[in-house]
Amino acid sequence: MSLNVSNLTVHHGAICAVNQVSLAVPTGGLAAIIGSNGAGKTTLLRALSGLNKPTSGVVNWMGQTITAEKPEKLVRMGISHVSEGKSVIPELTVRENLELGAIWRKDGKEMKESLSQVIEIFPRLGERISQRSDSLSGGERQMLAIGRAIMSKPKLLLLDEPSLGLAPLVVEQIFQTIRDLTTQMRLTVVLVEQNAMGALKIADLGIVLNLGKVVAVDHAQALIQDPAVRAAYLGY
Amino acid sequence: MHKSKKQSTHLPLFILVGVVLFILSNFIEELRVSQGTTIAVYVIAISSIILLTGYSGQVSLGHGALMAIGAYAAAVLRLEFNLPIILCFVAAVLAAAIGGLLLGMAAARLSGPYLAGTTLALAIGLPSLANQFPILGGEQGREFKVGPPDFEPEVVAAAEPLTFFGNVLSILDKLQTTLATGAWPGASPMSTYKWWFWIAALAALISMWTVRNILNSAYGRSWRAGRGNEVAAQLAGINTARSKVLAFTISAGIAGLAGALLAMSIGTVSPSAFPLALSFSLLTGAVLAGITTLGGVIIGSVILVAIPEIADVVAHRLGSSESVTTNLPGLIVSGLLILTVLFVPNGPVEQHRARKAKHEAAHSSTKK
Amino acid sequence: MQLLNTLLIGITAGSIYSLMAIAFVLVWRSTRVVNFAQAGMALLSTYFGYEAVSRLGSFWIALPVAMIGGAIFAALVELILMRLLVKHASSGPIAGVAPIIATLGLLGVIKSVVTMIWGGQDLRIVAPISNNGFTINGETLVFSPLKLLVLVVVMVLLIMLSILFQKTNLGLALRASAHAPEIARLSGVRVDAVRTLGWALAGAAGAVAGLFQTVNGNGNFSPDSIEFSLLLVSGFIAAVIGGLDSLLGAVLGGLFLGISISFVLMYVSSGLFFIAPFVILLIVLFVRPQGIIGVKAGRRA
Ligand SMILES: Nc1ncnc2c1ncn2[C@@H]1O[C@H](COP(=O)(O)OP(=O)(O)OP(=O)(O)O)[C@@H](O)[C@H]1O
Ligand SMILES: [Mg+2]
Repeated sequence: MSLNVSNLTVHHGAICAVNQVSLAVPTGGLAAIIGSNGAGKTTLLRALSGLNKPTSGVVNWMGQTITAEKPEKLVRMGISHVSEGKSVIPELTVRENLELGAIWRKDGKEMKESLSQVIEIFPRLGERISQRSDSLSGGERQMLAIGRAIMSKPKLLLLDEPSLGLAPLVVEQIFQTIRDLTTQMRLTVVLVEQNAMGALKIADLGIVLNLGKVVAVDHAQALIQDPAVRAAYLGY
Repeated sequence: MHKSKKQSTHLPLFILVGVVLFILSNFIEELRVSQGTTIAVYVIAISSIILLTGYSGQVSLGHGALMAIGAYAAAVLRLEFNLPIILCFVAAVLAAAIGGLLLGMAAARLSGPYLAGTTLALAIGLPSLANQFPILGGEQGREFKVGPPDFEPEVVAAAEPLTFFGNVLSILDKLQTTLATGAWPGASPMSTYKWWFWIAALAALISMWTVRNILNSAYGRSWRAGRGNEVAAQLAGINTARSKVLAFTISAGIAGLAGALLAMSIGTVSPSAFPLALSFSLLTGAVLAGITTLGGVIIGSVILVAIPEIADVVAHRLGSSESVTTNLPGLIVSGLLILTVLFVPNGPVEQHRARKAKHEAAHSSTKK
Repeated sequence: MQLLNTLLIGITAGSIYSLMAIAFVLVWRSTRVVNFAQAGMALLSTYFGYEAVSRLGSFWIALPVAMIGGAIFAALVELILMRLLVKHASSGPIAGVAPIIATLGLLGVIKSVVTMIWGGQDLRIVAPISNNGFTINGETLVFSPLKLLVLVVVMVLLIMLSILFQKTNLGLALRASAHAPEIARLSGVRVDAVRTLGWALAGAAGAVAGLFQTVNGNGNFSPDSIEFSLLLVSGFIAAVIGGLDSLLGAVLGGLFLGISISFVLMYVSSGLFFIAPFVILLIVLFVRPQGIIGVKAGRRA
């Protein structure tokens, strides 16, 4: 197991958003976290990447305890987080957004390699490389956000609702890309999604979160078959 | 029940304080009396800032300039048209309020640092206008003499029938005469300082009372709503722009009164009486008072007046050089400003209240 | 000739305002604070420069000394005061005004301490070259070699700054942290350190503005010099004209302000020296509330 979370609790002031959550994701595994609005998915992910400070519990990554480490340090340990909403910086160009992802890597040559790799994955970004990123479409922005994360050479990728606000066709593309990336680059991925069906289809592992608690963990395929999950999250 | 309590105006309390001050003023040294005048001026000026910053959430670094407008209006009307003193004060309020209205209209489109910077530019720019118009008397300024009725009987007599304020003055006057003729053994003799103190203290009481009631009125509530969340306030049907301009206007009027009183206590109006440092001091006073606690103004004002004395003592103890001594008050004011913002950001009164509330909450939860 | 003269004087003064405006913008971008102590920092740096000139005798050593001194001081202010401020006063009714009040307090502290150390009297920094105007066709301009020098140095600094911001990783980190601190952190930028760096750069820019404002005037300065109040107000106004978030805007705002003031003084009345900036600011706010470059949300943010 490369990512191990045990009894993690996170508060926003008095609100307990994540309550005693434990989960484990093996290296190269893709875990989908689903749950309704306000279930605590974003909070959990932000705690993993260091943006939110947990109240208690332990996060372990590749044998190291990383609870309450700062995000800028975790990036250097291979953890990249694409936050909720299209997390690109509109004031910067596409190239600058991508370069930002590799900014902590001192080696200029490596940066160039990563850049051409990202453009290979998302050719659309290559075509728009010197445009300001606020001129991109929603789907392109999501690609850019993921591209930026890849520029950091991650081993663990945390994705928060990459399908948010995208047309069904684009959603499918994005999910497919995520699946491919996981396999090709041997990434470990934690994917938070409202689009439960889409996420579970590509995932290895499914985790259902409700009111801050894990209410179901299973193989993704098994969860899709689970009548209770179907009724509550898949809508049939 | 609760509502009626909130709406009480505390008039008897204010009158009681007035009477106590009046009696006190007859038994303390002249120096303290004149410090009392300064405190009263600060009380007025700081309450205008509390109304503006604490309640409507707008920052002004230009209140020194607004005070100057009031002071010049009063002095010029006095010198050029020989208007009764009481009318000069009224004019000071109106003139500054008009200035505040204009500034407030510009301000309503701005917020936070933009507003602060704009009013800062005004505070630096406006006093220099005194050199542009001969009627304002350039750098030396113009004199503004307000003496007790003995010196200028006709003026007060003319003012008497005009207003409630005039009546109060004449009552005070009569009281004083009985006191001065020995009806009250031990009272100090009449002096200009005492007269100034009475005027300033009376004005301070009236202003505080007015501000208090404005803050508890529907306007006060709409300001607080707008400060908390402008969008929500707009949705609730409050015209936030208009309510901000109104706050600016009222606050400026009160500052104008303070300006005229300040000029009275100096005897002249000149640009140097309203430096940028004055605006800063007022802000310090308001922060020391607790930016949302009107009652705290007394604390803020007393501290501002006491600082030079404290600085003197400290400098003396340290046996420091002259340049240190003269700059110590400024250092203390500024240092206090920073420390207060950092460590008692919402003022001593509010801090105490919050701590008490927390304590009580802790208590009730352990009981549960 | 008169026209050219007025224009050149305006551009020189404006380039100094630009530097000050850049200082405001750098601080605003890194911590969302308008630093009213900026003038105090410029004053302090000018005293550093004065010490360097009087000890080492060269203006060209004094300039970097003042810049480094100003940068270090500004960095310390960010590290100590601003971080405490974020920790203690970021909620409640005071939150919106706390940074304004704190930086004003700092302005007062700097002024008092500077006066305690160096005294309130005028000190003098001698300009490195002549401030006697150029003579063209027998006519002497107000525009002088010194003013030309000021202009050139400011332009060189601006170009260096723009290279830093546009072409280097550090510049990318500075811009990313300004616009989206969270994304910057997730990309591995040490945003806290970048903030401190933003303040330091501002401190250096302010130091140059302070020194040049002094030598571009009559060379005399004191803690109460109106020059520094003017620098504060003009720098702020120039930054606002430029939209407060844009470095290019700050430069254009400074030049615009300098030229406007120069024309007002020449063709309207020289007594309007202090009120002119205020009036120009009001006009700009009413006509173009988003500033020259600024975008939509700006002023109410
Ligand atoms: N910054 C915050 N301050 C206070 N409460 C917060 C904050 N962020 C989230 N919460 C609360 O924490 C709980 C969990 O929120 P979170 O954003 O983690 O849910 P989510 O599962 O990501 O929801 P969604 O699917 O809508 O994105 C919610 O009740 C929310 O109101
Ligand atoms: Mg979420």
